[in-house]
Amino acid sequence: MLSRTRLLAVSRKEVLQLRRDTRSLVLAFLLPVLLLVLFGYAITWDVNDVPTAVLDRDRTSRSRELVEAFPASGYFTITERVERPAEIDRLLDRSAVRLVLVIPPGFAADLDAGRPARLQALVDGSDANTATIVLGYTRGIVQSFSVDAVVNGATVRPPVEARSRVWYNEELESKNMIVPGLVAVIMMIIAAMLTSLTIAREWERGTMEQLASTPVHRVEVVLGKLLPYLAIGMIDVGVVSVVGVLLFDVPFRGNAALLAVLSLAFLTGALGLGMFISAVARSQLLATQIAMVATFLPAFLLSGFMFSIDVMPRVLQAITYLVPARYFLVVTRGIFLKGVGVEVLRVQGLLMIAFLVLGLFLATRVFRKEIQ
Amino acid sequence: MTQHAVRVEGLTRRFGASVAVDGIAFTVAPGELFGLVGPDGAGKTTTLRMLAGVLRPSEGDAVLEGVSVAREPERVKHSIAYMSQRFGLYADLTVLENLSFYADLYEVPRDERPGRLERLFRFSNLAPFRDRLAGQLSGGMKQKLGLSCALIHQPRILLLDEPTLGVDPISRRDLWLIVHEMVAEGVTVVVSTSYLDEAERFDRVAFLHEGRIVALDTPAALRGAAGGVIFAVAAADLRGARDRLRRIAEVRRATVFGDRLHVVAGSADDGDRIARALTDEGMDGVEVRRIEPTLEDVFIDHVTAKAG
Amino acid sequence: MTAVVAEDLTKTFGDFIAVDRVTFTVESGEIFGFLGPNGAGKTTTIKMMAGLVPPTSGRGAVAGHDIRTESAAIKRSIGYMSQLFSLYGDLTVEENIAFFSRLYGVPRPRRAARRDWVLKTAGLGDQRRRLTADLPLGWKQRLALGCAVLHEPPILFLDEPTSGVDPITRRRFWDLINRLADGGTTVFVTTHYMEEAEYCHRLALMNRGRLIALDAPSSLRGAAGEPLLEVETDDPARTVAALRGAPGVVDAAMFGRAVHVAVQDPRAGRAAVAAALGEHGLTATRVAEVAPTLEDVFVALVRAEGGAPVE
Repeated sequence: MLSRTRLLAVSRKEVLQLRRDTRSLVLAFLLPVLLLVLFGYAITWDVNDVPTAVLDRDRTSRSRELVEAFPASGYFTITERVERPAEIDRLLDRSAVRLVLVIPPGFAADLDAGRPARLQALVDGSDANTATIVLGYTRGIVQSFSVDAVVNGATVRPPVEARSRVWYNEELESKNMIVPGLVAVIMMIIAAMLTSLTIAREWERGTMEQLASTPVHRVEVVLGKLLPYLAIGMIDVGVVSVVGVLLFDVPFRGNAALLAVLSLAFLTGALGLGMFISAVARSQLLATQIAMVATFLPAFLLSGFMFSIDVMPRVLQAITYLVPARYFLVVTRGIFLKGVGVEVLRVQGLLMIAFLVLGLFLATRVFRKEIQ
Repeated sequence: MTQHAVRVEGLTRRFGASVAVDGIAFTVAPGELFGLVGPDGAGKTTTLRMLAGVLRPSEGDAVLEGVSVAREPERVKHSIAYMSQRFGLYADLTVLENLSFYADLYEVPRDERPGRLERLFRFSNLAPFRDRLAGQLSGGMKQKLGLSCALIHQPRILLLDEPTLGVDPISRRDLWLIVHEMVAEGVTVVVSTSYLDEAERFDRVAFLHEGRIVALDTPAALRGAAGGVIFAVAAADLRGARDRLRRIAEVRRATVFGDRLHVVAGSADDGDRIARALTDEGMDGVEVRRIEPTLEDVFIDHVTAKAG
Repeated sequence: MTAVVAEDLTKTFGDFIAVDRVTFTVESGEIFGFLGPNGAGKTTTIKMMAGLVPPTSGRGAVAGHDIRTESAAIKRSIGYMSQLFSLYGDLTVEENIAFFSRLYGVPRPRRAARRDWVLKTAGLGDQRRRLTADLPLGWKQRLALGCAVLHEPPILFLDEPTSGVDPITRRRFWDLINRLADGGTTVFVTTHYMEEAEYCHRLALMNRGRLIALDAPSSLRGAAGEPLLEVETDDPARTVAALRGAPGVVDAAMFGRAVHVAVQDPRAGRAAVAAALGEHGLTATRVAEVAPTLEDVFVALVRAEGGAPVE
């Protein structure tokens, strides 16, 4: 027979301890905010004011038009105008510029004559993420320049061709895609870092032995410990969502109640998993490390948050099916950005519930309050 | 015949290849103060942990207030209280918060709490520290808090694992006053200790050695059964005297006991022989007096006999 | 030769005075005991003398080195065995000895000899390959002591070295300490076992950060406060309850199977005891005036200092 008094007593104790534990409080509240700021402001996949060098060997009004189109877009800033090819190597080596535009002599002449005109774009590929975007923008600018050229009387075929020298990587997303993903990551942090400590800590400090001698049921211990972290997790979800929408203008087109319910399910599963790890590891150090590898890192790297799954190698793609956060990301992005509901998210919703059940099952079955 | 409060039968616990507790058996009557004495590693903690349902027996059983620990460990816990050797309360909770937590765990009725708390505070002098974090209490106070948390639900059986270890003599006296008060109220207490002077006050004592009980009786009977006659010997050079006496045929054992030697000999007449042996060596301050054996003498007797 | 000197040694933590102007000297080869309730300041004092904690004020010297300015030199001249067990459980006995010899800078040519000495004196010769964690507590303590003296330090600091150890092993441990002291090592030890206090040449009693007594055990016992009666009954607990608060009784406490009663005057005391016992239906099988034990002295001194020990 489970006793509500005992269960709530465990929760109350956890809350009192949490309030006095600075480290946990920082992890629970400060870290999510920090991540939000980091991902919202500082780390942006969007690229602006890319330093660019230009070697214009044509020096015609047409070539100048093309060159000016770059800063005009807002994405690029011409910082160097070079005279000789040798200087290009130097600039790229030093990372003084990320893009070098080389316009060959005869550019304007080719355009006017209806022949394909060439533009060479050299991109610093050492930062593949930025390189991809830079290339994408470059292509875009060149494309619209071509269209203009056609409209203004050149031939039908795209008159300007941009040749790239950096291999294609994957497309990274802007903050609209990040904030919904952040919700999942933050929940994994709560689970990984906080709950993985809670049971192991009692073993290490010797309080579990004393607790074990009382009539408290192990399910009461697990659920009692779960409740405060559940509350913290939901608060974090709320804060991140609200700040994301209000401060970062992330759209919210779906149903808040649905988000809350599915978040609750996901969070409970994650917490259950964290406690399972804590019960198995019995040492705080070991528990944190296992939790990092088993829950946090997969959520961060393999859920589609940082890197698009479609572009991953097949093996990793297969592994992502085992990462719960992957499905949760579909939910959050769906609700935030696409405004979809249960009909579309039915599968993910069921999987969240399955995750909840699995997490709780593992935690309550594996945890034993007796020694050994 | 009154029902035993505690009945232990063939209780065994193995850890891998080693046997920590090897088929021990004993009974404790209701309201008895029963002591487990033995060196570290003898099996005292393991035994108490099994009785408390914190560790499962490998074999055998213990029945507390009629409930079997092997079959129904959780049912046992409602009527017992256990105090682990290591401080088992929450250092980051206050005295009052710890007490309330344990009151909740045992579902002590709310209206009874103020009265019980008041009584426990009176015993333990913890009232001025009710809002202090348990981790900031001194060793003696921590133990008193542990005992208070154990007593909040008025258990019928108390299991205490070396409650006075490392505690200063004054706090030790306070703790024992509380325990004796409980015994007077009919609580059964099973306690382990390495302080043999405390064992003198138990109703019955079991000596544990390497997982087995080597002696079990009242302190008086144990003392009475001690072999030989004991003399308390004083000398200016105690250790020198000890070494000298160990070479005399009549002396079975000579051990330092504080500022005296306890010398075990065959008969009361040996006292003169002992005194002479020392004065002949020119030793000063020699005094020889026959005494009653203490439990520590008996303990040493048993253990050295075991060691062969 | 003075091995250890402390002069007005003080340590405060904010408002809290942990050690209050403590002054003492310890001679070479002396076994100096430190007694006191938990929280009295014993461990803090030891840590200051060992150069681990800087004093707030006052002076001290260990083996001639100033505790403030020469703490590195001090660490080379002392052996320290703290209450927390500091050996590595997952190393064997031999491996722990090897590790600590290197750590304490035992000269290479001496290492084998020192190792064998530790194994012999600690009685661990045939346990050398055993994992330290598997040893019973008493053996671990002997090993820890051995490791603490590998570099043959002139001064040894021991913080509750025999806590929890059985009476026989405890005696063996003290034999070891005595042997070291006979060899000229100065031993500074804290303990809660009153009988161990008797093994010390001199004792310092601390309470609430202050030194309240400093003398040889025999002198301390002689100078104790009130006369003491030893009362034997068949119910010591009830006897204590009966006698506490009786007129003429200063204090009563259980001691072994008897009750020690501190009285203002021996004769009036006997009468008071008889009366109080009679009222509670108890009979004394023996009442005798006894010399106070160190525990009685300790309690009396602390009581005189103002009651309950610091919490």
